Amino acid sequence: MIVEETPAVEPRAELGRAALRTRSLVAGAILTLVFIAAALISFVYTPYDVTVLAIPNRLMPPSPAHWFGTDHFGRDILSMIMVGARTSIAVAFIAVGIGIGLGVPLGLTAAANRRSLLDEAIMRGNDLIFAFPALLIAILITAVFGPGAVNAIVAIGIFNIPVFARVTRGAALSLWTREFVLSARVAGKGRVRISLEHILPNLTNLLIVQGTIQFSLGILAEAALSYVGLGAQPPTPSWGRMLADAQTMIGLAPHMALIPGMAIVVMVLGLNLMGDGLRDVFDPRIRRSRS
Amino acid sequence: MVNFLIGRLASLLVSLIAASVVIFVVIEVIPGDPASYMLGLNAQPDTVAALREQLGLDAPALQRYFAWIGGLVQGQFGISYTYRVPVAELISDRLWISLPLAVYALVLSTLIAFPVGIWAAARRNSPADITVMGATQLGIAVPNFWFAMLLVLAFSITLRWFSAGGFPGWQAGLFEGVKALTLPAIALALPQASILARVMRSSLLETLGEDYIRTARAKGLSRRQTLWRHAVRNALIPVLTIIGLQFSFLLAGAIIIENVFFLPGLGRLVFQGITQRDLIVVKSVVMLLVFAVIMVTFIVDIAYAIADPRLRRQR
Repeated sequence: MIVEETPAVEPRAELGRAALRTRSLVAGAILTLVFIAAALISFVYTPYDVTVLAIPNRLMPPSPAHWFGTDHFGRDILSMIMVGARTSIAVAFIAVGIGIGLGVPLGLTAAANRRSLLDEAIMRGNDLIFAFPALLIAILITAVFGPGAVNAIVAIGIFNIPVFARVTRGAALSLWTREFVLSARVAGKGRVRISLEHILPNLTNLLIVQGTIQFSLGILAEAALSYVGLGAQPPTPSWGRMLADAQTMIGLAPHMALIPGMAIVVMVLGLNLMGDGLRDVFDPRIRRSRS
Repeated sequence: MVNFLIGRLASLLVSLIAASVVIFVVIEVIPGDPASYMLGLNAQPDTVAALREQLGLDAPALQRYFAWIGGLVQGQFGISYTYRVPVAELISDRLWISLPLAVYALVLSTLIAFPVGIWAAARRNSPADITVMGATQLGIAVPNFWFAMLLVLAFSITLRWFSAGGFPGWQAGLFEGVKALTLPAIALALPQASILARVMRSSLLETLGEDYIRTARAKGLSRRQTLWRHAVRNALIPVLTIIGLQFSFLLAGAIIIENVFFLPGLGRLVFQGITQRDLIVVKSVVMLLVFAVIMVTFIVDIAYAIADPRLRRQR
């Protein structure tokens, strides 16, 4: 970090960038909320029923009746996108939950027992998981248990564990040297209590930012897994599956490929913008040094 | 340096052993009886028994593990159940598509990302910089397989410059082979280039704030000379790590992209392996890919230590 050494940025330029950053937070949050809302609304209302096939309406381009057109079975693509958002969001969200639920305690433990055998074991375990990209974990699980959305959740979740463990450990290590932790130790608190009462609360911001990033990676990973058939299975609509179906029709009905892809891009972009914005709001120092 | 190398080699070995144990346990121990799993529910008991014997499944797990590892060391992966040929043969054919594809994409991604990242950093906060950052933000959000489909739509279906898929084989000539891999490599490279350009830019900005840059400027070097002689070289070190990490993503990504372009690479092999429940194929391909990832990490670590001697002591 080069906080002190940073050459002074012109105040006006800096303000401009800060405003831009906050704007990115607002824009990102709006995009994300639109998709979450669409997913929630799909439980009570979709323009058309996604389980009903209407072959006469197949491959219709976007029109007032079908804003995003229809697919090769005549299903309304807007409705499919709404229901597919559920799958994407649920898979990515639970996978982040797994990552935080297991990774954070591991990271806290490693930091609290710095340079011990336990720390070493946790970190080497992390390295091992890092050698398995989410796709390979999904391949292994699917080969043995068959495909399904749960596999995608487990594969992406396992992939998230070392990410959160590392981030937590790194930040916790620097907190352990701070005075308020020292005074807690003097007061006779044990490592577990200090970790829970003093370290963890100070990590919340960091974990929210990392969580947002992993959430967006999770959306991308889920799409890729269901595209190759390792994720959600038909008839459950998912954006990746929609793209897999669109592939053979791409010359005939490009909208079938364009729309689900754009949904993924916009959702991921929204989450990334939100993550960047949150990082700056939580840590103004970064706003100055990063650029 | 010797101690450092020995340490890294030892941890390389430990990682490889640990990874192989994980793969073995998931594929051979968790399903209970892999033979009946591979044959499905309707298999005759004597067929299952025959397969058990062929696969050597009657031996205890530990013995089977060592047999597997012993085979791997000698390049023997076992016989594919569905193809009835040695898996090593199946893999070596397909590796000649997946590996060049990943390397091609890595080269493209580096060639795009370096100039873009340096260019943006040198114009920090200018409209050009902000445009580049916006574009890379978009590049990160684009799923590579979807981008691949867009490339097919634009360059194969509409413009007809490239074929929409398939691979003529390297015997058709280097040019034909490279041409068939070009669209897939671009699709793989773009999102990675976006990440790499951002890393390059922020790493360069960090070095540009260092004291030695001010010294270089003070001794009379021009902005451009300082940038190229001092800043870029030092900024490359963190970028190297990311390139190493990217290789594993590119290998995994190649497996997915092969699907879009109907390339007969490792991806097709492993997905067919999954549908046909050919666990030997799946096990071997996954082990090979994990091996590649671990080896690349190892090489990056060594390269790092050569580039920056301070790191040899730190570990």
